[in-house]
Amino acid sequence: MLGEGILKGLTETARNFLGSYVNKDRLTTVQFPEERLPQIEATRDFPFLVYDGSDWQAGLRCVSCQICEKECPPKCIYIEKSKDKKPDVTGKLQFYPTTFDIDISVCMSCQICVEVCPFDAIKMNVEFEMSSEDRFGGLLLRKEQLAKSNEYYNKIHPTEAAAVDAALAEERAKVEAKARQAAEAKAATPAPVAAPVAGETK
Amino acid sequence: MSVLTDTPIDLTPDLPNDRSEGQLLEVSMGPQHPSTHGVFRMDVTLDGEKVVKLKPVFGYLHRNHEKIAENESYLGCMPYTDRLDYICSITNNWAYALAVETLAGIQVPERAEYLRVITGELTRLQNHAGLVGFLMQDMGASGTPLMYAFREREKVLDLFEALTGARMMCNYMRFGGCRVDVPSGWLQAAQKVIDGFPKFLDEFESLLMSNEILMARTQGVGVVTREQAINAGISGPMARASGVNYDLRKVDKYGIYDRFSFRVPLGEHGDVYDRYMLRVLEMRESIEILKQAMRDLPAGPIMDPNTKIRGFRPKAGEAYGRIEGPKGELGFYLISDGSPNPYRFRVRPPSLINLTLLEDMCLGQNVADIVIILGSVDIVLGEVDR
Repeated sequence: MLGEGILKGLTETARNFLGSYVNKDRLTTVQFPEERLPQIEATRDFPFLVYDGSDWQAGLRCVSCQICEKECPPKCIYIEKSKDKKPDVTGKLQFYPTTFDIDISVCMSCQICVEVCPFDAIKMNVEFEMSSEDRFGGLLLRKEQLAKSNEYYNKIHPTEAAAVDAALAEERAKVEAKARQAAEAKAATPAPVAAPVAGETK
Repeated sequence: MSVLTDTPIDLTPDLPNDRSEGQLLEVSMGPQHPSTHGVFRMDVTLDGEKVVKLKPVFGYLHRNHEKIAENESYLGCMPYTDRLDYICSITNNWAYALAVETLAGIQVPERAEYLRVITGELTRLQNHAGLVGFLMQDMGASGTPLMYAFREREKVLDLFEALTGARMMCNYMRFGGCRVDVPSGWLQAAQKVIDGFPKFLDEFESLLMSNEILMARTQGVGVVTREQAINAGISGPMARASGVNYDLRKVDKYGIYDRFSFRVPLGEHGDVYDRYMLRVLEMRESIEILKQAMRDLPAGPIMDPNTKIRGFRPKAGEAYGRIEGPKGELGFYLISDGSPNPYRFRVRPPSLINLTLLEDMCLGQNVADIVIILGSVDIVLGEVDR
C-alpha cells in the first residue's frame, strides 16, 4: 500500500516523542550553561605547568630542557632557558625557564608535549571557557598563568596524577638512597680520597 | 577482478559554444552551500533542470598537510593525521601507524591490536551513523533522522573522550601500539553502547527504509556501474554498493582481521539507495566484529617496548600502509632517508578518489539530485583538500 512506509516512520517518530517524557535514553539534551555533564577524567585541552609545594616560582618542575618546544607539532611553545641554576624542590641545582609561553590560539591539544616531557612538568588542563577579547595577547599564556599546583593536577586527573606522584616519589627515594650510599662510602674511606689531593697540591 | 573492460568511462559530451539562446545556465554551487559538507564548489551547467556538465572545484581547505609532515618528526605527524578526515580520526591514526610500522618493522602487541579493532570499528559506526543522518538531511528530512543518528554518535564520542581525552581529535595510536590503556569501567560502557546500537539501527530502518518518498528520491539516482567503479579506482562502501567485492579487511587482513567472522555486504544497483543501505548493513557487521573483539580482548602490554617515542629514526626505505577506512581505502605512502622526518609523505584519500566519479553520476540528473548524490559519496573536505 502506498504510504505504508511513511506511516511506519511516523509511528517511530511518535514513539520517540512520547518516549522522551518517560525514558531518559530518548531525551539526551542537556541545557548547557545551567546544566553541565560531569567531567570525563581523560579530557584534555591545553597544557599547563605543574609545580610542587606552595610557591610556584620555586616549585616549578620544568628544568627548561626544551624538548617539548622542539617536539611540539605546531610549534606553539616558546622557552627561554636561564643562565644560572636554582635549587629545585629536592634541593638539586637545575636550570629553570625564564620565559615559558604557550600560544593557545595555535595549540592543537595533541598532548605530545606531555608525552615527551621526561620530568612530568607539563600536563593537560581541562579548562575550556577561555574566550578572550584580545586575540593575540589574551591567548598567549605566560609562565605565571600556566603554573598550576600539583594539588590542582590531582584534582582534575586523579588516576593519572596518582601514578605520576608514585613514580616521582620512587625516583626521589632512589636518588636519596644513592646519595646516602655515596655519603656513607665517602665517610668510610676518608684517607685514600685525601691522599691524592694532598699529593696534587705538592 | 576479471571484469576490467577496455571501454573508457563515458566522458562529458561536448557542449555547444553558442550560449546566446540561453539554453544552458551555469550555476556555481558552493562553497557555502550547506549540502556540500564543507567547502566544496561545483560549477554546474544546466539545461533546464538537467545537469549537462559538472566541474568540481576544491582546495578551499588546503592546509599543506603533506609538506608540513616532511618538516615534522614521525611522532609529530600523528596529530596532523587526525585532521585529515576529522570525523574518523582513529582510523587515520591507524593507517599512518601501520605505514610507519611497515617502514620500521615494528610488531604490535596483541592487546593493542584488539584495541585498534575496537576503536576502529566504533569509528566506522559513528561515521556511518553520521552519514546516513546527513544524507536524510540533504534529502529534506529535516532534523529527525539526523538527530536520531547524532544521539547514537554522541555515545560513541563519549567513549572516545573517556579513552583518548578528545572527542574527535583522538591522536590515539602510536607506532607499536596505542597511547593509553582503557580506563576502568570503559569496557562495560562500550559494551553497553554496542549492545544498544542494533536497537537504533532497527529504529532507523523502520523510520525510513520503506519510506516511499525516500525510495522515489534515491532509487536509480546517481548510478555507478561495476565497470565504472573498478576503472575509477574507487573503494569502500561506494565500490561495494556497485557490487565490487573489495574490502581491505578481507583482502589484506591487516592487523588481526583474519580472526573475526563477518560478512561484506554488496550492493546490486550502485545507486544512492544501495549506498545508503550498504552503510546500514555495514554498521550491523561492525557490531558483529565489535562483539567478537570485546569477547576476546586479551590482557597484556599495549606498546611495543622496543619502540622509542622520541628520536624515532626508521632506516632508509619506503612503505605503504593502507586500511579499510569508513570511507574507503586510506593509505599512507612514506619514504624515509634515515632522518627523523619523513622524506616524502603522501596520503591516498578515499574521499578524493571516490569524488572523481561525481560528474558521471550527476549527468542527466536533476539539480536537487546532485545534493543527495554528493551526500552519498561521503566526503570530508579535510581529506579531499588535505
